[in-house]
Amino acid sequence: MSEALLDIDGVAVAYGKVRAVRGVSLRVHAGEIVTVIGANGAGKSTLLNATMGALPIAEGCVRFAGRDLARLGVEERVGLGLCLVPERRELFSTMTVEDNLVLGGFRAPRAVARDTIAEVYDRFPRLKERRDQLAGTMSGGERQMLAMGRALMSRPKLLMLDEPSLGLAPRIVADIFRIVADLRATGVAVLLVEQNARAALAAADHGHVMELGETVASGPAAALAADDRIVESYLGFH
Amino acid sequence: MDGTILLFLLQDGITNGAIYALLGLALVLVFAVTRVIFIPQGEFVAFGALTYALFEAGRLPGTVWLLLAFAGLAFLFDLVEAIRDRALAARLPRVVFFDLAVPGLLAGAAVFVAGRGFGPAAHFAATLALVGPLGPLVYRVAFRPIAGASVLTLLITAVGVHLALVGLGLVFFGAEGLRAPAMSDLTLAVGPLLVTGQSLWVYAVTIVAVAALWLFFERSLWGKALRATAVNRLGARLVGIRTGFAGSLAFGLAAIVGALSGVLVAPMTTIYYDTGFLIGLKGFVAAIIAGLASWPLTAAAAFAVGVVEAFASFFASDLKEIVVFMLILPVLMWRSLKQVHVEEED
Repeated sequence: MSEALLDIDGVAVAYGKVRAVRGVSLRVHAGEIVTVIGANGAGKSTLLNATMGALPIAEGCVRFAGRDLARLGVEERVGLGLCLVPERRELFSTMTVEDNLVLGGFRAPRAVARDTIAEVYDRFPRLKERRDQLAGTMSGGERQMLAMGRALMSRPKLLMLDEPSLGLAPRIVADIFRIVADLRATGVAVLLVEQNARAALAAADHGHVMELGETVASGPAAALAADDRIVESYLGFH
Repeated sequence: MDGTILLFLLQDGITNGAIYALLGLALVLVFAVTRVIFIPQGEFVAFGALTYALFEAGRLPGTVWLLLAFAGLAFLFDLVEAIRDRALAARLPRVVFFDLAVPGLLAGAAVFVAGRGFGPAAHFAATLALVGPLGPLVYRVAFRPIAGASVLTLLITAVGVHLALVGLGLVFFGAEGLRAPAMSDLTLAVGPLLVTGQSLWVYAVTIVAVAALWLFFERSLWGKALRATAVNRLGARLVGIRTGFAGSLAFGLAAIVGALSGVLVAPMTTIYYDTGFLIGLKGFVAAIIAGLASWPLTAAAAFAVGVVEAFASFFASDLKEIVVFMLILPVLMWRSLKQVHVEEED
């Protein structure tokens, strides 16, 4: 297989003396959906935030498109084509839907941003209907769509989604996963962190299971979904 | 008191209120983007007024050296940071451009303008060109290195910067007070009122400045990026907005607004190196009444402060400042009763 788009190699992340993530390695290739599943507090979100540069890495290294990201801030990583939709969405709540999207394309040339916003409206017709509404007044599902739309405005090569289904109704969760699958068709790679392991493994090509900051199982998503041990630990409750 | 005096006091209050409104808006802007309660805003007013008055007097203002000193300091800061990050080669061109070339050119332009009698418009522009860049430079040296600190730490730093700037003001401008000639000799009789050309200038510049700021924040991508940084700092970083640059931009706008206010008050009152503090504090009162959050409320409160000040100086001129600053007390009490106290989350 060709060189990985994202290469997380032996990464540890610490909050003070507590290591929330220890020795985690994973790769995401172009056009691939990779998921990290695990219980609350397993270190999944920490891993994504550190990959984005919002948290410092204590050990190991993260390469994106062959480039070591160690010295780059969040803003530069966005410029390289890395984009994170965080668990709390972090929208600009007092600004309109359209302004949120326009700012998503902050680093893109104006003409590109104009074309991209049309594409985002095609993908999320609901956002187009609500373009003049304030982001803070929207429902949970609409906010998640706006967060994804804002992320797509930067034309990422890799989209990292942190718990996109959290707190959403099942029908909307299905919508979100359908959109994730559609994205792969356009060549965007996705790194998906989920507690909803069944849906995540169904959508992904590859899966990793995290427990207490370490990877405890990795493999093709279909194989993980068929593994009794994993089914018992992570899929039983859904 | 008869109706004429009432009208005079109102007019006086509104003219001063317009200036407090500009300062209050700048304070709200800086706080929203950087969480800094910017006490030294008044120093930009004093520096703007003194710079303009010195240009008008045909002299070269000390602001040139102040600007160059801050530029040199910022250059050293950026240089050390670039060496520490081992990114000297990549950053050097930008650092040299922003910290040396731009301030150098502006200082050069000011030296060229000084003493040639180009008139108020050129002196006005030169004043903005000298004082405006001080905003981002002060931010670079004093606030960006501690951008993640608590609001209280930033406030204490702001007080320190205020004291330092007042001291520098004494060094670069001297202890003597200055007053600039009026921008226009026009006086209009409107009923019993005499409206001076200077107060018309104040109204016009305030309206234009507020409209320009509104357009900037509502229409331009950079303005929206500043608002976004104010609403959600992490969200702003995630879309690729450099929050450091947003901070520089906010401080730059604040310095320009401060210098603008300074030029407007320079012909109305004698300005000393330390006069700015009191003027800035009145803008601060307005901003606090509006909870450091709402622009329209800040503007309205600023006019109220101006009018109260005018009436206080008529009825009890000794207690003028006390009356104005007491305005803040009922508002703070009302706010503290109305709101549940929330610990700052960082």
